Amino acid sequence: MKAMILLIVSGALINNVVLNQFLGICSFLGVSKQMKASISLGGAVIFVITIASAVTSLLYDHVLAPLELDFMKTIVFILVIAALVQVVEMFLKKKSPSMYKALGIYLPLITTNCAVLGVALTNVQNGYDFYQSVLSGFGTALGFTIAIVLLASIRSRIREEDIPAPLRGAPIVMISAALMSIAFLGFSGLSF
Amino acid sequence: MNKYLERLYNGIVRENPTFILMLGMCPTLAVSTRAINGIGMGLSSMAVLILSNLVISLLRKLIPDQVRLPAYIVVVASLVTVTELLMEAYLPSLYESLGIYIPLIVVNCIILGRAEAYANKHTPLLSVMDGLGMGLGFTLALTLVSVIRELVGNGTFFGMQVLPESIEPMAIFVQPPGAFLVLAVIIAVMNAIGIKSRQRKLVESGCDGQCAGCAMACDKKEKEASAR
Repeated sequence: MKAMILLIVSGALINNVVLNQFLGICSFLGVSKQMKASISLGGAVIFVITIASAVTSLLYDHVLAPLELDFMKTIVFILVIAALVQVVEMFLKKKSPSMYKALGIYLPLITTNCAVLGVALTNVQNGYDFYQSVLSGFGTALGFTIAIVLLASIRSRIREEDIPAPLRGAPIVMISAALMSIAFLGFSGLSF
Repeated sequence: MNKYLERLYNGIVRENPTFILMLGMCPTLAVSTRAINGIGMGLSSMAVLILSNLVISLLRKLIPDQVRLPAYIVVVASLVTVTELLMEAYLPSLYESLGIYIPLIVVNCIILGRAEAYANKHTPLLSVMDGLGMGLGFTLALTLVSVIRELVGNGTFFGMQVLPESIEPMAIFVQPPGAFLVLAVIIAVMNAIGIKSRQRKLVESGCDGQCAGCAMACDKKEKEASAR
């Protein structure tokens, strides 16, 4: 139990995927302009990463590793993720059109979110078993959601401020991200 | 200017992938802790980019439109795997320090973006030059960021002690927050100089740093450019 919580907390806070490992920066900077979109994307990412970690972990343990096709993992994983996103999209469209609508364009965009492939590869690298992979995937995705929602709320305040001209646009967002990252460094002091 | 050299200029200056298009941010921020890592990452991405542009441009008449994205991903992933294995064999120390970011070149949006926006519409030679230009632009940007971070955060330049021992290096710059900070300052300086007035426009409209969106945005931008 303690190990499970530790995996989720370390994925979400201590090794925050965006602010500490720099995965999924593109959507982090791009989508965080709107609060609602950020929450939707966060939801979609939690969904996809958790399933992707489960599928890639099973695939690696039962297909790639026994056949000694370890070097094929990048190709296999990215194809699995692309196919998975497609399946999730079709499934949601049929079963839950309202959620499908809410996620909109962000669902297909997840394929190129490096956090998904990153988590799958990290799980393999750390030698996690099935349950550990799913938990660390969930924790990582949760961390992504926390970071993007926080940045979105910071940006909604920045919009009303008078920012010096050269800093408008991307630079001020990155400075906010830097400050958030400093705050998240504090979590590395957490120990169990 | 001849159209091949124009591609180089375009990639390095006019549409610099990091500073102007804001693509491929993940490796830029993550591996730029030491100058040698920055250059290594830049060069390996460049190799993949040139080869993927070449292959995709050669295959552009064969790949059906509906399945082009999966086809591109397979091409890029294979090239990345080859690069990864070569690095593991011949540059083990760089392979160690870049770690997971080497396989992640697959999802570097510069590569898919150029395949979608350029290589599938142009001749192989032009596409190779485009890859070379974009790759050089990316490598230079990465080198700039990592040299600054290494110098301020560690007091060294490519591993050589440059700053006198009496100056305490600011370790925060080699830690994650420093990456955001250095990039923010570089882009702000560029804005201030005013060379990059287009960049703000880009960030607010089309590209917006979204990986998969970039291809669309680049398309849109090319249309706008041709309309002008």
